[in-house]
Amino acid sequence: MTQEPLIRARGLVKKFGDFTAVDGIELEVAPGEAFGFLGPNGAGKSSTMRMIGCVSTPTAGELRILGMDPVKDGPKIRARLGVCPQLDNLDPDLTVFENLTTYARYFGIPRAEGRRRATELLEFVQLTEKAGSKVEPLSGGMKRRLTIARAMVNEPDLVLLDEPTTGLDPQARHLLWERLFRLKQGGTTLVLTTHYMDEAEQLCDRLVVMDGGKIVAEGSPRHLIDTYSTREVVELRFGDETPTAYVEKLAGIGDRLDPLPDRLLLYTSDGDSAISEVHRRGFAPSSVLVRRSTLEDVFLILTGRTLVD
Amino acid sequence: MISSYALSPTRVGAVINRNVGALRSGPSYWLVLFSGFFEPILYLFSIGVGVGALIGDLNVDGKTMSYAAFVAPAMLAVSAMTGALAETTFNFFFKFKYVKTFDAMLATPIRPMEIALGELTWAMLRGSLYTACFLVVMILMGLTTPIWALAAFPATMLVGLAFGSVGMALSTVIRGWQDFDLVFTGQFAMFLFSGTFSPVQNYPLGVEILIWITPLYHAVELVRGLSTGVLSISMLGNVAYLVVMAAVGLSIAGRRLAKVLTA
Repeated sequence: MTQEPLIRARGLVKKFGDFTAVDGIELEVAPGEAFGFLGPNGAGKSSTMRMIGCVSTPTAGELRILGMDPVKDGPKIRARLGVCPQLDNLDPDLTVFENLTTYARYFGIPRAEGRRRATELLEFVQLTEKAGSKVEPLSGGMKRRLTIARAMVNEPDLVLLDEPTTGLDPQARHLLWERLFRLKQGGTTLVLTTHYMDEAEQLCDRLVVMDGGKIVAEGSPRHLIDTYSTREVVELRFGDETPTAYVEKLAGIGDRLDPLPDRLLLYTSDGDSAISEVHRRGFAPSSVLVRRSTLEDVFLILTGRTLVD
Repeated sequence: MISSYALSPTRVGAVINRNVGALRSGPSYWLVLFSGFFEPILYLFSIGVGVGALIGDLNVDGKTMSYAAFVAPAMLAVSAMTGALAETTFNFFFKFKYVKTFDAMLATPIRPMEIALGELTWAMLRGSLYTACFLVVMILMGLTTPIWALAAFPATMLVGLAFGSVGMALSTVIRGWQDFDLVFTGQFAMFLFSGTFSPVQNYPLGVEILIWITPLYHAVELVRGLSTGVLSISMLGNVAYLVVMAAVGLSIAGRRLAKVLTA
């Protein structure tokens, strides 16, 4: 029973008219896991999330959530899900506290219990002093924290977060990550979408990289980097010519060269010796940066495109 | 999403509870409520009492009554209509398209038809609040008796239900605010011609038939019969019309909500 995955998809497809948003994906998410969908806008992440959230009917394929069929058992499944949508849909007519208590009523939670949970959750997302405020004056980060608190009000087995930190400033993102990390430590299963590789690295035990409705790679962040990228990446900028012009000149250095509009990426296991080789060939880049490989690089290698454009 | 689970009164109640919360949250909702109530009252005084003084008494179906007594039940039916329509057009559309209240609800066990039922009940309650106050005004002006007012009140609830459900169905199909202008034009035309300010027999037969097809006429006939105590068998037909109207509107609204929100 404990071995049964919380989510299982086989050949899952979602079409809107002629457009195929999700093109036959396979995945399993185990209890307690933090699972991520990484991909650019339009990769099919949100469509997949809406099918998992039982608010969108799959066009084809098999989908089981918490061991149930989302088409037949939608309300029963949703009773055990917490959903944090991409765009905040908090209730502007209600206060911060009422947003939680009203939402609790949608799950049939008794009033007194709803108030108890609301108090506790506001504490958890550090919004206690805003309890009586309306939603509109809150900052983006506060709204997002409130949305996450709202998603927790039914003590869900599975929490779905669609781009939880998009549009937030760095400080707000870190606070949110810290709260989500605590949820994960408490044993809550998290499924999130993101187009930020640092977010995926911070939060996900395992992730799939999506592009054009398909899963192009799957594994832990470390595994993906080790498999698809090199240990280090050298970022070279040249003052005089476009990065493309240097691809031929630097051929043979490192494992791979990727020209971007503003810089050239050089994939190598040893950044310092690669730089020495660049200088030995008589080139003087205007700036040089050696860094560890990230999921961003994995994505670029897999799809030939950057995540955030 | 379509599901085999039965509708839950608790979940419908939770949808209504959200609107109670909005009502409690500040003065803005009350202002909207207040202004909506006054419109029919103003018509009753300006046309019913004011113009009525020029007209004198009226003979309708062999019964003599003051012009104000003729207009008042029509305004009562109109206030049930405007109360319910204001809720299911403007407010409903705003929640549906802009603040995504219903998307948030559908992430919980609540189902589209439960949203429709909850919103419709709330709209009917708003209409009923208007008509209850209006009936008190009518009693105070001697335009009805407390007993007939009690008889007319449930009829105004049915009127609210019927118009609320059609308003909600319209809100799920219209493209934007500009389309509401059409709805309001239709609403105003019905307000002027549905036997509100003069008996429909005064119009040419073609117009009379047209009026007979539209809903406010049936609402006015039913409410007027009950509040003046002049009952007729044709009122059963008025009830049937309004019941069918409520059922059809609700069914369209529920389906459209499911289709749009769970694509």
